[in-house]
Amino acid sequence: MTNPLSVSAPEGLPFIDFEREFDAPVAAVFQAHKEPDLVKQWMGPRDYDTEIEIYDFQTGGRWRFVQRNQEGEEYAFNGVFHVVRENEFAIQTFEFEMFPEAVSIESLTFEDLGDGRSRVRGHATYPSLEARDGMVSGGMEGGMNDGYQRLDDLLTALVAETS
Amino acid sequence: MIIDPSAEDRLDRAFSALADPVRRRIVARLSRGPATVNELAEPFEITKQAVSKHIQVLEQAGLVTRTRDAQRRPVHLDPAQLEAMTAWIDRYRLLHEEQYRRLDAVLEDMKKETRK
Repeated sequence: MTNPLSVSAPEGLPFIDFEREFDAPVAAVFQAHKEPDLVKQWMGPRDYDTEIEIYDFQTGGRWRFVQRNQEGEEYAFNGVFHVVRENEFAIQTFEFEMFPEAVSIESLTFEDLGDGRSRVRGHATYPSLEARDGMVSGGMEGGMNDGYQRLDDLLTALVAETS
Repeated sequence: MIIDPSAEDRLDRAFSALADPVRRRIVARLSRGPATVNELAEPFEITKQAVSKHIQVLEQAGLVTRTRDAQRRPVHLDPAQLEAMTAWIDRYRLLHEEQYRRLDAVLEDMKKETRK
């Protein structure tokens, strides 16, 4: 049993909102966002090796990581942590270096739900609708050249989901 | 995001059609080219009738089409619906879903660590 992820993207506005609950206390979820060794274990697309160059999860800190696939293609991302409040809240910027300066601003709200459960709410603001739609698909489509590759991916994800 | 309700219905049907492992394997096979029911039934230890039923479900979900005129009536993949399913919002959702499942596993490990 997993907790569902809800994602919404309003029509005509360059935002994405998401919400996800966790069967873990808010302090643990916060820690998994803060410590690079833990972040490395879950962040980014599957089949990519994440190399964290810098990840200073505190107000004014910077982050940069590089993701590599089996073909050796590399995708780099960077940003700053504008504000970080322990177990509560963070705002960070996010730049995909293939599309420099199309920077999005993302806020994360960590909530304690009691009984060892918690919730993370995210809100991302993009500079334009094109940046929102393009960055998301561009970031994931790098190196994919035919539609069936995407189909395979979708099916793999569905298989993983039902197994 | 998707404001056309019938489009959303179709997408739901497509997602639930693909919730079945046999149907996923049929779609994966068809992604390499059209095939007849006989050819599609080959790798499975189920009857041709059962495979036909699966193809019907995929057809109703708009994922595959069958050529009417030809004797062999090969089954084709319909890329339009699959294209719709790989819209960026679904890809975003799949990517993040997967990522947060890995985070669940990390949190589970952390719980075990503190119990030691």
